[in-house]
Order: sequence, then structure tokens, then C-alpha cells
Amino acid sequence: MLEIKNLHVKLEEDKQILKGVNLSIGAGEVHAIMGPNGSGKSTTSYVLSGRDGYEVTEGSAELNGVDLLDMDPEERAAAGLFLAFQYPVEIPGVGNMTFLRTAVNAQRKARGEDEMSAGEFLKVVRAKAKTLKIDADMLKRPVNVGFSGGEKKRNEILQMAMLEPKMCILDETDSGLDVDAMKLVSEGVNALRDEGRSFLVITHYQRLLDHIKPDVVHIMANGRIIKSGGPELALEVEHNGYADILAEIA
Amino acid sequence: MALSQAKMDATEARLSGLTLPEDGGWISASRADAQTRLRAMGMPGRRDEYWKFTRPDTLVQTDTPQAAVFDVTDEAPVFDAIDRLKIVFVDGVFDADASDDLTLAGVSIERLADAGQTDIHWAKDIYGVLETNGQVPVERPLAALNTAYAEDGIVIRATAKVEKPVSLIYLHKSTTSDATLHHVIKVESGAELTVLENGPAAARFNKVMEVEVADNASFHHIRAQGRDHERRAATHLFGRLGTESVFKSFTLTANGVLTRNEVVLELTGDDAQAHVAGAAMGDGDFHHDDTVFITHDAVNCESRQVFKKVLRNGATGVFQGKILVKPDAQKTDGYQISQALLLDDDSQFLAKPELEIYADDVACSHGSTTGAIDEESLFYLQSRGVPANEAQGLLVLAFLAEAIEEIDDSEIADDIRDRLEGWLKRHRD
Repeated sequence: MLEIKNLHVKLEEDKQILKGVNLSIGAGEVHAIMGPNGSGKSTTSYVLSGRDGYEVTEGSAELNGVDLLDMDPEERAAAGLFLAFQYPVEIPGVGNMTFLRTAVNAQRKARGEDEMSAGEFLKVVRAKAKTLKIDADMLKRPVNVGFSGGEKKRNEILQMAMLEPKMCILDETDSGLDVDAMKLVSEGVNALRDEGRSFLVITHYQRLLDHIKPDVVHIMANGRIIKSGGPELALEVEHNGYADILAEIA
Repeated sequence: MALSQAKMDATEARLSGLTLPEDGGWISASRADAQTRLRAMGMPGRRDEYWKFTRPDTLVQTDTPQAAVFDVTDEAPVFDAIDRLKIVFVDGVFDADASDDLTLAGVSIERLADAGQTDIHWAKDIYGVLETNGQVPVERPLAALNTAYAEDGIVIRATAKVEKPVSLIYLHKSTTSDATLHHVIKVESGAELTVLENGPAAARFNKVMEVEVADNASFHHIRAQGRDHERRAATHLFGRLGTESVFKSFTLTANGVLTRNEVVLELTGDDAQAHVAGAAMGDGDFHHDDTVFITHDAVNCESRQVFKKVLRNGATGVFQGKILVKPDAQKTDGYQISQALLLDDDSQFLAKPELEIYADDVACSHGSTTGAIDEESLFYLQSRGVPANEAQGLLVLAFLAEAIEEIDDSEIADDIRDRLEGWLKRHRD
């Protein structure tokens, strides 16, 4: 599904952030990336989704054999990539429903599919919103404006559910969530798991991985993935911190 | 202060090519008075503080600057689907054949020239009167010029709730037309009237509208200025508001090489409400100036000014807005916002928001911002699959939303929104 090879990325102001990331995620797999602050986790998610301000100096990233780095953000989305933002953006003046329908139809159009009719869209969005406990009012309000932290993250998952991407990146989706909200969001994610859809879960805490069970856990530090393993690796980090692992490879 | 010789010369040069219309009946006295007042103030010049951001030269010069006629073929005319009484002017001259019969329940409509022939006419108390009031404390010579020389215009008096809007349609057919129109409107106590205006009008257009809104009356005004790229316009909207009256005006401007829209309102009755809003979109050779002066002279009145401009390719936007609260105008609620969205580094927005408050129990707020499209929002939309230009369009419409919300009638608001979307689609990279 996602193949990242030797990815080197620097910021426009010349600061090298990623220093050779290698990552291979198969179809239907859930991978988690953990790592200390500043290790390059969020940068990885932004570079993959095409945000401005990052320069790829070496390496490649492909989604199902297609070069991601060559595409505009909207093309990456249409190709099946989705990033659940750590800090979802508030957009005053744009209704949540308008936003969702515009996005869904833009992707369908890009893939040469028919646009979804207003009636059909409404039916689907209402059903999906209900399982995420998103009420009609949240759908009517401007995108994320006045939403609580939990509402914003639920709204991210609703977008994911509507867009049905193949490769989902969750950037610290657990940050700012209380226990119940985390459970709700995780259930939303788990409902989307299937053999054709992969996930990359970026998190600081093992707790999220109790809810969204990963197949592989990676530890990222200083712009590289320094260790990979099973779910037990996350538990190890939770108990001992990163010091042991960093010492191990030093 | 005595006029400078240069200003006096410029004024005489302008007037030398004009003759006061004759046989105007009672209007003749107003015209002569306006001409005298105009001579005393002189035509606006580049050095005038009130014209600091907008060069008046082409609005003042004797020869009309040419403006190519622009045929709109890519969208239906604005307000086309709205049930309305149509009054058509071609290059500033009333066109009876193209207009509807001027009969409508609850309202009397006549041509300015006809009104002048009726010795005792209600419009006598308004024609040139609100304009004269509006010359203090800032002079507006182009409005006085209009009062003196306008030959045509429409005189409307509403005495009940008027069922459909009166729609003034300004067609532009001559590349050298220099049109002057002066309308007088009175909305009597308890009556309701909506006036629509649309079209480029002429190569150069000078328009004055004087509106008296009596106690408990309500006046709605929605205007869409024509898309002709080379047209020029100086318009004045003077309003006087009675007790518990409502005055709402919205203007859409898309294109036009030079537009100066002045709105001068006096809230003279308690609990009156005045809203003035505008959305302007300019690409390239576009200069758009909103100059607003609202005077609160009664208790517990509310006024709102909401002006939004979207500018690209070197377009210029200007906002000069003032709220004056007189000593007795307690409990005034004044709001003023002027914002520009610059789609590139070449465009500019010049704003001069002013509050002058002499009462001590008032709430007045004002804000003015200039900014670019928010990159974070743009990326967020793109990351969901929305193409960059479509995402930009969504964000521009969101930016303009607050101004469009000032239009009460949802059918008219939708029509205006369609125009904005059309403009955005046509002006994409």
C-alpha cells in the first residue's frame, strides 16, 4: 500500500528533519509510529499529504506504486490518502455539510465517477454522523468553528468515513481527548478497518493502541525509524520511556 | 476658505460645458441653488483630504472618458428571476418602451421631470434637501453637480407595503455616454419598499438617490453595478431615517475601472436601524471606493457597516467609513467592519475607519483588516480532495458571507451569491 524509501526532508529554512525514513505498510495493516517530540512524526504525515514548506531532498514515497511526492494535495487525496489532522482547521463561513459534499464530489470527479446527489449524500452522511455521535447542529455549523477538541477529532473521522480513503494517517488523533472521546474515535476508526484499507497511527501514548490495535509499531527518533516490532514495543515505551531504545542503537 | 484659483478654474471649466435644464418647475430653484453651492465648494481635486485615496480626475474632467460596451453572455442578467416592476434607463435616459407600466399598488412612480411640473409636490421637501444636509461636515461636490444638472430620474412614494420590488435597470449602449440620474424616494409611515438597481448605466455615471424613510417605515435597497470593465461611476445615497424605521442597503460591485459609492445617512428618529453593506471584487484595473458617513442623532439607534473586497492583479480597494454620534444619541449601537482579501501581492486596500462620539452611553465598534487567503485552511480543503482553485473559491465566498447576510430576501441573496461564484470562476488562474 504505502512504500517510503530513504526519505530525506528539510524545512525551507534549511533544517533537516527526516534523515532517511523507510516504511512499508501492506494492505489492511495498521502501523503505529511513536517517538519523542521533534523526532519527525508529524513532518512525515505532512510531507505525505503534500503540505507546503517541506523540501524532499532524497528518497521516495509511493501509494500503490504511484509517486505521491509528485502530486498536489488534492490529487493525493483522490488517490486515496487521508490525513486526520492533529489540529483540525477552523474555517469560518464554510458550512460543514457543504465542505463534506464538496470534498466527496471533488474526489469522485477526479476519479471519473458520478457526483453524489444531494439526497443520497444527506442519507449517507446522517447515518455515519450518528455512529460518531455527531448531531445535526454540528453538520450545519461552519467547519470546526466552536467545536470542542473531541468534536473536532470526531469530525475528522467523519470525513474519513465519508471519503473512504485507502491509506489513513492519524496524526496524534488522541491528543486532547478524554477517555470516552478516545473510545468513540477509536470505534470510528475500527469500523473502517478492512483488508483494503491501511492505517498509520502517530501517537505519543500506548493507550490509543489499546483501542486501535496495531500490527507493527515503529519508534522514530532524530528523523529515522530506529526500531520496529509488535504491539509489545509500545508497552515497553510506556513503561521505560525512550531512553533504553535510544541507548540501544547509539 | 476661499477656493484656490486652480480649483475655481477647474470648476468653471467643468460647468462651461453644461447647461442647467430649463422649465423644471419647482426643481429649477433647487438646481440653481445647487449650482451656487457647487461653485462655492469647487469640484473635487487630488489635494482634497476626502479624495486622498481616489483620484477624482476622470470623474471631473469635461470630456467623458470612453468605456467599451460589455456584452454579458455568460450569465442571465441579475434579478432576472425576481418578480419586479422594471424601469429602464439607456445611457441615463428613461426608456418608456422597455419599461413596465409605472403602476403598482401601494406606490406612486413618476419621472422627475413630471414631478417638477406639479406645483405642490412631496418631493420638493427632499430633492436636493438631503443632499444639502449631507454636505456637512464634508463636501460632496459631485452630488451637488448632480442636483444641479440631472434631467432624468424617478420619483417614488410608497404608502403601503409594496408587493414587489421596483427595479431600476441601467443599460449602457454608447461608449461616450455621460449619464446623470437623480432619484427621490419617500417611504411613508408604516410602508415597506424594496428598490433594486443594476447595470453599468453609462461610460461615466453620476447618480444621486435621496431616500426619506418615515416613522415605522422600511426601505431595502440591493444594487449590482455592471460588469463593464471600463465604466466609471460616482454614486451618492442620502438617507434620512425616522423613528423605528429600517434602512438596509447592499451593493455588489464586480469590475469597473473606477467606482466611488458614497452613502450618507442621518438617523433622526429613535430606535431606527441602518445597515449598509457591500461586496466588491476587482481584477486588474479596478479601483473601488466605499465612502460612508452615518450620523446618529436620536436615541437607541443601531447602525452597521459591513464592507468586503476581494482584490487581485493590482486592484485597489478603498474604505472611508465614519460613525458620528451626536451628544443626545444615547444607547447608540454602531458597528463597522471593512475587510479586504488580497489574492496577490500587487493589490492594495486603503482604509480609514472613523468614530466620532459625543454621547457617553454608546456601544461602537470598528475593525478593518487586510489579508491573504489563509494557507492552513487552503491546505485543509486540498487535503480532502478539493482542487486549489475551488478551495480558494470556497474561502472567498466564506469571506464575503457576512456582507451577503445583510440582504434579508433569500431569493435576492442567492442571486447575488451566484454572481459572486460566477465572478470567481471567471477570474481563476
